[in-house]
Amino acid sequence: METIIREGTPKTPYVRLDGENGLVEIKGRSIPENSVEFYKPIIDWLEKFGDQPSDETGVNIQLEYFNTSSSKCILDIFKRLELIHKKGNPVEINWYYEEDDEDMFEAGEDYQSIINIPFKMIEMEE
Amino acid sequence: MGFELKTWYSEKKQGEVLLEYNGSITSELITEALASIEKSLNLKNEKNRVRKKVYNVFVECLQNLYHHVDYPPLTAPVKQQSNFGIIILSKDGTFYRISTGNFVKKEKLNYIKDRIDQVNSLSDEEVRMLYRDIMSNEEFSDKGGGGLGMLDIVRKTGNKLEYYFYQFDEEYIFFSLDTYIS
Repeated sequence: METIIREGTPKTPYVRLDGENGLVEIKGRSIPENSVEFYKPIIDWLEKFGDQPSDETGVNIQLEYFNTSSSKCILDIFKRLELIHKKGNPVEINWYYEEDDEDMFEAGEDYQSIINIPFKMIEMEE
Repeated sequence: MGFELKTWYSEKKQGEVLLEYNGSITSELITEALASIEKSLNLKNEKNRVRKKVYNVFVECLQNLYHHVDYPPLTAPVKQQSNFGIIILSKDGTFYRISTGNFVKKEKLNYIKDRIDQVNSLSDEEVRMLYRDIMSNEEFSDKGGGGLGMLDIVRKTGNKLEYYFYQFDEEYIFFSLDTYIS
């Protein structure tokens, strides 16, 4: 599986999709006007990865903040990962939030309530 | 008395203005506007929590405009540009106010009004549940939001949306929306 790395921009997050090591990372902020366009290659990658996933997949989501159109795309990513998890290749999501950031904490709770994958909420000190 | 844009401006600019813009709402403008408020000392000195809320709601307000605004009416005393909208971020006492203004065709009034009234009528818990419901069940349009924008603003600010519709002429309404963050 090809590894995809995208550097962050003022409106889009750093993304690392590493099939070899079973690692999915999204960090920074996600506020593009057209989120579907930005996330499509990531969803496509995950679909392929789903055919031959690694034994275990670690997912690190460390977002500063995101817009509503990204929220749906992030859910789509989790749905892809959920399929992999259900097929018997465990996935674990680490959801990072800054200690006083109730919004990012609640966003993590939203996804946790919808998606059936072990979800770890990790508080970071400022 | 007809609608006076000047009067509207002076109301929204009460306090200390951090950013004011009127014209085409483009993707580049949104990037620049965000970079500009990130430099604001007022916000730099805020708690992380408040600062992020302001950035987040500010972007959501601008992207709401980006996806929905149109040409202003020909007789409006503003720049004749496509995607015309106004945004003002000011710090007024203990809170930040984000005001947007744009012209809409009269026939859209009821749709916008019903939407905001519905969001405003919900409790915090209901807002949260509806947000989850829309995110997980509804198809998003190519305009992105899927109706989450207003809901997200209310959720993040914890305050109701304040809106006004001013009759501009026979065909157009000036739609004014204020959100408060404290």
